[in-house]
Amino acid sequence: MIRYNIVGAGLAGLSAAIALAEQGAASNLISAQPSERAQSVLAEGGINGCLDLMGEGDTVEAHYADTLRGGCDLADPAAVRSMTEAAPGILRWLSALGVPFSRENGQMIQRSFGGQKKKRTAYAKSSTGKILMTALIDEARKYEVRGQIRRFPHHILTDLTVENGVCKGLTVRDDYTGQLWRFSGPVILCTGGMNGLLPGMTTGTTANTGDAAAIALNRGAELANLEFIQYHPTTVAIPGKRLLVSEAARGEGGRLFISRDGKPWYFMEELYPELGNLMPRDVISREMVRVSCREDCEGPVHLDLTGLSAPVWRNRLPDLRKELIQYLALDPAASPIPVSPGIHFFMGGIRVDRSHKTNLKGLWAAGECACQYHGANRLGGNSMLGAIYGGQTAAHSAMSLPCSAGEPEPLGVSNAAPSPSHIQPELCRLLSDGLGIFRDRDGMDAALNKLCQLAPASEAEQRQLLLGKSMILSAIAREESRGAHTRRDFPDRDDSRFQKSTVARMHEDQISITFRSLGEEASW
Amino acid sequence: MVTLEIKILRRESRDAAPFWQSFFYTPQGDGETVATVLTWLCETPDLRDIDGNPAALIRWEHSCLQKKCGACAMVINGTPRLACHARLSEYKDVISLEPLRKFPVAADLIVDRSAMLDQLRSMALWLREDQVPIMDRFEDAYDSSRCLQCGLCLEVCPNFRVDGAFFGASAAIPAGRLLSESDNPRKTELAKAYRQYVYEGCGRSLACHDVCPAGIDVERLMAKSNGAVLWRLFQRKKKGD
Repeated sequence: MIRYNIVGAGLAGLSAAIALAEQGAASNLISAQPSERAQSVLAEGGINGCLDLMGEGDTVEAHYADTLRGGCDLADPAAVRSMTEAAPGILRWLSALGVPFSRENGQMIQRSFGGQKKKRTAYAKSSTGKILMTALIDEARKYEVRGQIRRFPHHILTDLTVENGVCKGLTVRDDYTGQLWRFSGPVILCTGGMNGLLPGMTTGTTANTGDAAAIALNRGAELANLEFIQYHPTTVAIPGKRLLVSEAARGEGGRLFISRDGKPWYFMEELYPELGNLMPRDVISREMVRVSCREDCEGPVHLDLTGLSAPVWRNRLPDLRKELIQYLALDPAASPIPVSPGIHFFMGGIRVDRSHKTNLKGLWAAGECACQYHGANRLGGNSMLGAIYGGQTAAHSAMSLPCSAGEPEPLGVSNAAPSPSHIQPELCRLLSDGLGIFRDRDGMDAALNKLCQLAPASEAEQRQLLLGKSMILSAIAREESRGAHTRRDFPDRDDSRFQKSTVARMHEDQISITFRSLGEEASW
Repeated sequence: MVTLEIKILRRESRDAAPFWQSFFYTPQGDGETVATVLTWLCETPDLRDIDGNPAALIRWEHSCLQKKCGACAMVINGTPRLACHARLSEYKDVISLEPLRKFPVAADLIVDRSAMLDQLRSMALWLREDQVPIMDRFEDAYDSSRCLQCGLCLEVCPNFRVDGAFFGASAAIPAGRLLSESDNPRKTELAKAYRQYVYEGCGRSLACHDVCPAGIDVERLMAKSNGAVLWRLFQRKKKGD
């Protein structure tokens, strides 16, 4: 039986493992922690797919168009076409796995989400990611017992084995024992976003370190669109992280306002009458910063959920309400909550083509660690869809490559005592200074210069620093404003020069930044 | 704010001898939790204990920091809790941190909870391939899907042992979703596993119900599953098979 190596056991990794197993193939499912701890369990609002359950005349074409428009025409149209066409089938597959999607009178329903004019987001109250993960974990268990999925929890990726541009396997460390292992064979990376570059500043988990992307970069993989970092408009700082207030809260009627001349000003509704509080996230975050800087306004911006009815709280957003009461000591049903934009998603990542191949033969990437589907700004409800579809697509593509994998080979025990990263706090500060919602050349140059003065104390820190520099260099190279990348010094969108992917790669120990046309296929 | 002594039961590796090591921590703001302290200790370069001795990086599992992933389960001042949910304002002077006691320790506050996942495999917890899920008990399926697999329920359970034949609430709750969505013959198989590994070993202390950090109504869900399973047993006995 052919066995593939999947790193990461969230939605993308599980979807890849299940897709392989369904086709009779097998996988090693390697993850730093069990699936229950994956960031996917945090996803709240829902997953998009055109089922038109609400009778609004929704179409796959509309989902496709909204995704491209929300991504400011920087996503690969062919890839988005495939994903949006597959979405209804994915929702039906999830239903068949027993996902208890929210329903009314026994029928599944869909809700409104940002950047979309139709109710297209299927959901399970306000814990959709957790509920989906449970169903996929249960489904994967069937194949675990059959030996088709072999789990390696508490195993951390330490390197990729790349020879002459071909990925031949990987090495991992058992976090419990220090034992090192080499796995040979093809690799699918599903390792999540690069939160570890910005610890404490994201809504995600601490487990998504970004190390896999740094390792891939170091071993010759191309990373794309690193400058596109999504600031979700409605987050709240809590100790250690940003707490997300799901877009579903606005989908169900939540309104943003700021105090202007002593009265609440529902600025999104006035500035964008059609979609109002459900404009794409990049637009809302920018407007929140703008109104906060106005002399006649007094911050912070508040999210008013007091108009939501008791049944909406009970049936659609119960977990969100409990969480806000617990962490903010505020009942959102009784009083508006102060919110501000926080880092939520990395649109950029390992560059893949529409079959999720990277530029290295034998290496695929899917989920948030990959750059695919979301362009310059991801729409709410498309992340779980992209993770599942991406994982499945990578698995199907991998199956077309004749290959073999041996048994994991022990490489000795690492007794090196783990130590805190010396450069991480400064790296985080510089990246967040340079890559805020509004950017300019001077600010980014200053951050880059200081990054160049940091002295990494280990190979891992060196890789992390290179990833951080690649992010800033990508942002400097893109001399336009588009989606989540807003330049004060280049305020306009420039399709003639920049309707392309920014590509960072290592070239003889130096980072090179180039631009490639959208949808370019991997050449192997 | 008042400085706290954070007393941690440490162990370098599975086979190493445990020892207590204490650190000082002064809270920096409202809402901080035990997870905040551990994060701070792990980010402190050249960490020293309260006697000024160098201290190795403290090993603990963490991920979401908002009570949704179950990673940071540990024993805090004698009570099993999630570190991200244990507010410093609830404690004074000294906070002691120990690994969960029912599982083998891997290092410091990390325990190997893989037995929990093995148990779910032993019970064959999945839907049958051609099962069309029955969705008329949506609320039960939803609540059962929320189990974090954190292990706190097993820590407080008087009947659970890691090598025992009783699997506890962390198996009963996930089984509940599948029982509620399955039809025969799959339901009979699941009911048999549930009876063997959950029903027969449960002493009904319901300590699991009170400790669940996800707030799952364990009592209600287990009562429903017990009812479904016993009804099946009763029906079969009546038929004489």
